[in-house]
Amino acid sequence: MFRRIPRRDDEESRSLVTIFIEGKPIQVPTGEMVAAAVLASGLGWVRSTPVSGAPRMPYCLMGVCFECLMEIDGVPNSQACMTRVREGMRVERQAGVRPLSEV
Amino acid sequence: MEDKRYDLAIIGAGPAGMAAASSAAGFGLRCLVIDEQPRPGGQIYRDTGHSPLANPDLLGPDYREGEVLAAEFGKAQMEYLSGAAVWHVDADGVVGLSREGRAWSVAARYILVATGAMERPCPIPGWTLPGVMTAGAGQILLKTSAMIPDGPIVLAGSGPLLFLVAWQYLNAGAEIVGFVETTSRANYLSALPFLPKALGAAEYLFKGLGYMKALRKARVPVFKGVADLRVEGDSKLEAISFSVGGKNKRIGCDTLLLHQGVVPNVQITRALGCEHIWDIRQVCWRPRLDDWGRTDSEKIYVAGDGGGIGGAAVAQIQGRLATLEIARHLNIIETAERDRLAAPHRVAMARHLRIRPFLDLLYRPTEVMRCPSDETIVCRCEEVTAGDIRSMVRMGCLGPNQTKSFGRPGMGPCQGRLCGLTVSEVIAAERGLPTAEVGYYRIRPPIKPITLGELAAFDAPEGKQK
Amino acid sequence: MADADVAVVGGGIVGMSVACGLVRSGLRVTVFDGDDRDLRASRGNFGLVWVQGKGYGLPDYARWTRRSATLWPDFALSLQEESGIDLQLSQPGGLFVCLTEAELEARAEMLVSLKADLGGEYPFDVLDHRTLAEYVPAIGPEVAGATFGPEDGHVNPLRLLRALHAVFKRRGGRLVGGVTVTGLNHPQGGGFRLSSDSGSWDAGKLVLAAGLGNLSLGPQVGLTVPVKPNRGQVLICERIPPFLDYPTGHVRQTGEGTVQLGDSKEDVGFNDGTTPEVMAAIAQRAVTMFPVLKGIRVVRAWGALRIMTADGFPVYQESGECAGAYAVTCHSGVTLAAAHAGPLADWIKTGSAPVGMASFSGERFHV
Ligand SMILES: Cc1cc2nc3c(=O)[nH]c(=O)nc-3n(C[C@H](O)[C@H](O)[C@H](O)COP(=O)(O)OP(=O)(O)OC[C@H]3O[C@@H](n4cnc5c(N)ncnc54)[C@H](O)[C@@H]3O)c2cc1C
Ligand SMILES: Cc1cc2nc3c(=O)[nH]c(=O)nc-3n(C[C@H](O)[C@H](O)[C@H](O)COP(=O)(O)OP(=O)(O)OC[C@H]3O[C@@H](n4cnc5c(N)ncnc54)[C@H](O)[C@@H]3O)c2cc1C
Ligand code: FES
Repeated sequence: MFRRIPRRDDEESRSLVTIFIEGKPIQVPTGEMVAAAVLASGLGWVRSTPVSGAPRMPYCLMGVCFECLMEIDGVPNSQACMTRVREGMRVERQAGVRPLSEV
Repeated sequence: MEDKRYDLAIIGAGPAGMAAASSAAGFGLRCLVIDEQPRPGGQIYRDTGHSPLANPDLLGPDYREGEVLAAEFGKAQMEYLSGAAVWHVDADGVVGLSREGRAWSVAARYILVATGAMERPCPIPGWTLPGVMTAGAGQILLKTSAMIPDGPIVLAGSGPLLFLVAWQYLNAGAEIVGFVETTSRANYLSALPFLPKALGAAEYLFKGLGYMKALRKARVPVFKGVADLRVEGDSKLEAISFSVGGKNKRIGCDTLLLHQGVVPNVQITRALGCEHIWDIRQVCWRPRLDDWGRTDSEKIYVAGDGGGIGGAAVAQIQGRLATLEIARHLNIIETAERDRLAAPHRVAMARHLRIRPFLDLLYRPTEVMRCPSDETIVCRCEEVTAGDIRSMVRMGCLGPNQTKSFGRPGMGPCQGRLCGLTVSEVIAAERGLPTAEVGYYRIRPPIKPITLGELAAFDAPEGKQK
Repeated sequence: MADADVAVVGGGIVGMSVACGLVRSGLRVTVFDGDDRDLRASRGNFGLVWVQGKGYGLPDYARWTRRSATLWPDFALSLQEESGIDLQLSQPGGLFVCLTEAELEARAEMLVSLKADLGGEYPFDVLDHRTLAEYVPAIGPEVAGATFGPEDGHVNPLRLLRALHAVFKRRGGRLVGGVTVTGLNHPQGGGFRLSSDSGSWDAGKLVLAAGLGNLSLGPQVGLTVPVKPNRGQVLICERIPPFLDYPTGHVRQTGEGTVQLGDSKEDVGFNDGTTPEVMAAIAQRAVTMFPVLKGIRVVRAWGALRIMTADGFPVYQESGECAGAYAVTCHSGVTLAAAHAGPLADWIKTGSAPVGMASFSGERFHV
């Protein structure tokens, strides 16, 4: 779990959006990486592997490891560390094999 | 017919790409810069000028330096495409992009690959457990999101970045309960002869010493020369255990940050089929480049850490040198002019590089980090262990392309980025051959995943038939 | 004494299938195989065990293919039992999906003529869009229909290769890897001498199953193997839940859940690269066939070289000049693996050819 430390006190940094992580609404800074928001929310794992079902969390935060795959606004296997939050965004865990949904 | 191509497409807006773009604009080149991140900066200067931290100075003066470079970049005449991932590059200068669910391509007369480095994989037992991440990841969260782990933290591994992150974390008020260094005593001995040369770039050494002093002052328990790193826990990290001086030690923690130095991100040059060299000192692959950063493919240049680890200052210089050579090929400057403009850059680069042999040898990854124990997962995506790789070698696999087809390591979504080095090294050790002879995965596009729908709607560049 | 009763050059699916068959009958077999980066069709193929449409113009090839498909279940079982590797073989019948009416008509005509060539003994069905949708609900609205071959199936080709290697080793076979055989001699006293940079070996009989390598090896022992590369690009997408119960000629869902899309046919020499244009065309066909696939991600793509003769049919031949030397080359090495490990290996062991073999002699190209 991550905690926030003091932020710059200006408009850019104060502005917030509401997103839903596993259905739970939370307020996070505008433009934040989804992975960061998720880490701060205390969600214990973001995906379970399609191979063995083992739980995983973001590992590299720079887009190379693909451990941060989540279902973001209905799009399965999205990289949470390469996606920015948007007002009303729905973020779900990716448990095992992604579902097949026409997007 | 009018040539609609860009003169230069730069992939990556880190120090190398930003500096190159600024120089290119200075020469009046039609230049396009592409980066998958939303803002310029690259890894060292991620979100420079926009960090949400109340006190960005806690990151140290280096981070602030990025603002100067980013300001120069911001003023330069060029096109900058942020949030766009490059998934394909061909030797003729066509670049396949994907942004917000749409794939298309652009064409350029020259390509500069400035895609930087990634952290070396740290395969230890349990490294896939939630709670474990890289030190660089921990740093990115601090820089871009003003957050640090809640609860006790251990940093483990080796390399300058591990020290820097520990120092930044202390400044940010993080609770570091252990600093566990794997650097072996033998490394100190092998690096020592390069210390005098390193003194030529002493600022790097002073920085390092400053970080160590800060750790001591904060009374962080520091363990040196440790071995047998292992993450304990069932479904999440509970503790890290290791042996030091013949004793076993265990530290309970909520977050473990691992690091073993950085290695070039060679996905694009690999996919292009450029020749790569095994760098025995830096223990990694890098593309073979000439003095200006040109690969064996005429139109493809590399600058920055993607061509071998040199650090941010060197990356900028390489970006400018590559641009000089490209400007010469475009008949904008003469050879003599190129050399005149390059001379001061070369002097500065040589000075910055004086530190490298010392750092490379001191922080050379340990044997077990390179060739982990049988039980250790090597391919995180497909969950293949080092033992699996060894048994495939015993079945007759000679190299990573054969183990890949036998047991899937390297076939998952990360496309081998997190296992490629380890798999090659494990095979080499098992066969008693140098890693250079064993080779690497054949990397193929798309080097960033794109959807079938995007690909189906992909606009082929003009003049090419579907 | 010779190092081996039989030397097989080539450790791909074809060489290993033959070698497994030979070693099972008690012969001492050595397989020679090249480097990690060698061209290997066996690592880049589509994994179909495919009957429908094969043998148009050469009925013996249709018969041989069907024979192999019939042998496959037992072949898979024996490999599976000995190696512990599940080959993910499934032979539920296969679909060749046609996007347009014209495509469907031409395809049906071809199958009708093939059936006539085989004396009426050749099962297949032509499905219109509605019937096809009963087989595969995910089929796209624009698709005209498909032909269905009840004998078709698919297998995990990488597991097949691995199982062949494992079983060969278990049965006492010897693999010499990382060696490119360059010289072949047929000494006076009989037998063969193979040489390479790293040494030379003697064997009683010789099987050339070196894929595209056969082109240069064959003539050294009096065999004509005029093969040419033909590139196929293939895409592989992330794992998804089961959505397709039948293999199709262009799209199949693997045992792991990934989706494989293929494959182009390009005459580009020894270039095994990929091109975004062809990848896009493959993706287009796939999403027209199955629109639900639009949102899934492409994880990898590759190009691999088929080993093609001018007429597309195999070359199986014993050398007239050097008795005991055989050429074995084909385009559909996965489909034919069971026949190669069975009747073909028996031929090499006993010298008596299975029926119809004469049709596959390389001499047919000597006109
Ligand atoms: C996580 C991490 C943290 C680091 N932190 C520090 C630090 O604090 N201090 C320090 O001295 N050094 C640090 N380094 C080392 C640092 O990478 C280099 O010194 C310096 O950033 C190299 O600059 P560069 O321009 O070569 O590449 P980078 O700065 O890495 O820039 C590469 C850019 O390319 C982009 N890119 C890569 N692939 C693609 C693609 N396919 N499509 C589109 N864009 C792409 C990336 O988004 C990135 O912005 C860090 C390295 C890493 C990996
Ligand atoms: C895109 C594509 C899709 C395909 N789809 C299917 C399909 O769905 N169903 C099907 O049945 N078939 C399919 N095939 C065909 C099938 O893959 C091949 O028929 C089969 O793999 C050929 O195997 P091979 O062993 O002859 O050749 P290869 O796999 O090419 O192996 C040749 C081996 O010989 C070795 N070698 C070569 N020269 C020498 C030498 N001088 N000395 C030592 N060793 C040497 C090489 O190292 C290599 O391992 C497909 C092929 C392609 C390219
Ligand atoms: S955390 Fe590694 S790719 Fe997102």
